[in-house]
Amino acid sequence: MNNTGSITVLQKYKRKQLNQRSQTLMYIASGSIFLLAITVIGTLVGDIAITTNFTQKNFLPHMAHPFGTDWLGRDMLARTLKGMSISIYIGLFASVISAVIAAVLGAAAATLGKKVDAVITWFIDLVMGIPHLLLLILISYALGRGTFGVVVAVAISHWPVLTRIIRGEILQLKEANYIKIAEKLGQSKMKIVVKHMIPHVFPQFLVGLVLLFPHAILHEAALTFLGFGLPPEQPGIGIILSESMKYLSLGMWWLALFPGMVLMTTVLLFDVVGGSLRKMIDPHSAQE
Amino acid sequence: MILEAKGISFGYKKDVNLFDQVQITVESHERVGIIAPSGFGKTTLCQILAGYIKPISGQVLLDGKDIHKIQGYCPVQMIWQHPEKVVNPRLRMKGTIAEGDEIEERIMDGLGIERDWLNRFPGELSGGEMQRFCIARALGKRTKFLIADEISTMLDLITQSQIWNFLLAELAERKIGLIVVTHSTPLIERIATRQVVLATNYDI
Repeated sequence: MNNTGSITVLQKYKRKQLNQRSQTLMYIASGSIFLLAITVIGTLVGDIAITTNFTQKNFLPHMAHPFGTDWLGRDMLARTLKGMSISIYIGLFASVISAVIAAVLGAAAATLGKKVDAVITWFIDLVMGIPHLLLLILISYALGRGTFGVVVAVAISHWPVLTRIIRGEILQLKEANYIKIAEKLGQSKMKIVVKHMIPHVFPQFLVGLVLLFPHAILHEAALTFLGFGLPPEQPGIGIILSESMKYLSLGMWWLALFPGMVLMTTVLLFDVVGGSLRKMIDPHSAQE
Repeated sequence: MILEAKGISFGYKKDVNLFDQVQITVESHERVGIIAPSGFGKTTLCQILAGYIKPISGQVLLDGKDIHKIQGYCPVQMIWQHPEKVVNPRLRMKGTIAEGDEIEERIMDGLGIERDWLNRFPGELSGGEMQRFCIARALGKRTKFLIADEISTMLDLITQSQIWNFLLAELAERKIGLIVVTHSTPLIERIATRQVVLATNYDI
């Protein structure tokens, strides 16, 4: 008699090297480190970015100058890093201001009654209705171009999307049963806001803030490229790109290629960091 | 204490009223059962009586005072049909249960709440376990009326009878009035001292 049963192992359990969660954490960490590195190095580069050296004009990329040099003998790597760090600073400043505007307006629209809501919603539609670049150019031009113009323009034109999200979240929360029950259980308004609303809205706010970054950086570069942004003596990434246009036809491809690639990488990295952050914070996908 | 609904009319559509001039009076020692088929507005009536919905006309009075004007802890507490919809998913159960009055250990024992559930999030509990927390939450010291909207549908029969036994003893001891809504006639017959049937002609 053979009583022993056997179990067929269909598939051997094999632990993946990294699960989704640690992979997401890796994305966030490496992305942040890379962006921080660009910012710090770009800040420390200092004068190298504007120092001319006429003995080293128009060099192709090589060991000493990995991104080549331009028609005035300036090192393109230093210029690119410097330009990128300026862009990141402007992006940081602008998206923080935008996010604060969005938080205030979103909360006001959701809590201060129908009239306030109607006005704010109308404003959102107004700003979103105007083509983005056009609005940026208008504001920047009206403020006399320059660094101030571009910062203000980028800062006060990026709030509508986040405002909508925050308004929607709070409106939805207000109708949530557990908040109505908390009221009936004698919780004060303040306690409900601190205990129920902020923990729910803050993660959305944070992710929205990070995702504003790439927009702000890209629009700053676009505005500068078109000549409405940073002054030409500052090595902004938009300035570098627009100057290099004149030399492209002379075959100096490296002037545009590397700075353009760094700009694109930075923007994509911010997007990856923001997206991963959303994945981590959202309870629906946090454990995937 | 007396919970009184005076001439309540309410409807979700503009011209069609779900209720028209409803009158209900419940006293502290009473246990009123409301029976109706699905879609007749049982839950809506509960929400009106507990002050969650404002009726189009009429008033809900607690000892002559409008229930919507009560500040702070409301002596009329409602237990909802779906516990997962009425707890904050981001809060541990001990945070949820601490929102109203302090809940005595005795009540938690009576409802069979295990202490290590307190540290869990709602997503880590079953519907029945969560419902016990919702019942406990509504049994604060200042509760004078309890409105139970199909609270035991997700529980097995043995747990159901345990919970009802405890609840009935508790209500009798503290003289809490009960309005229980269900479509299970045997349950109503066992619990209620008085029955109300919602019918098509809105006649109560």
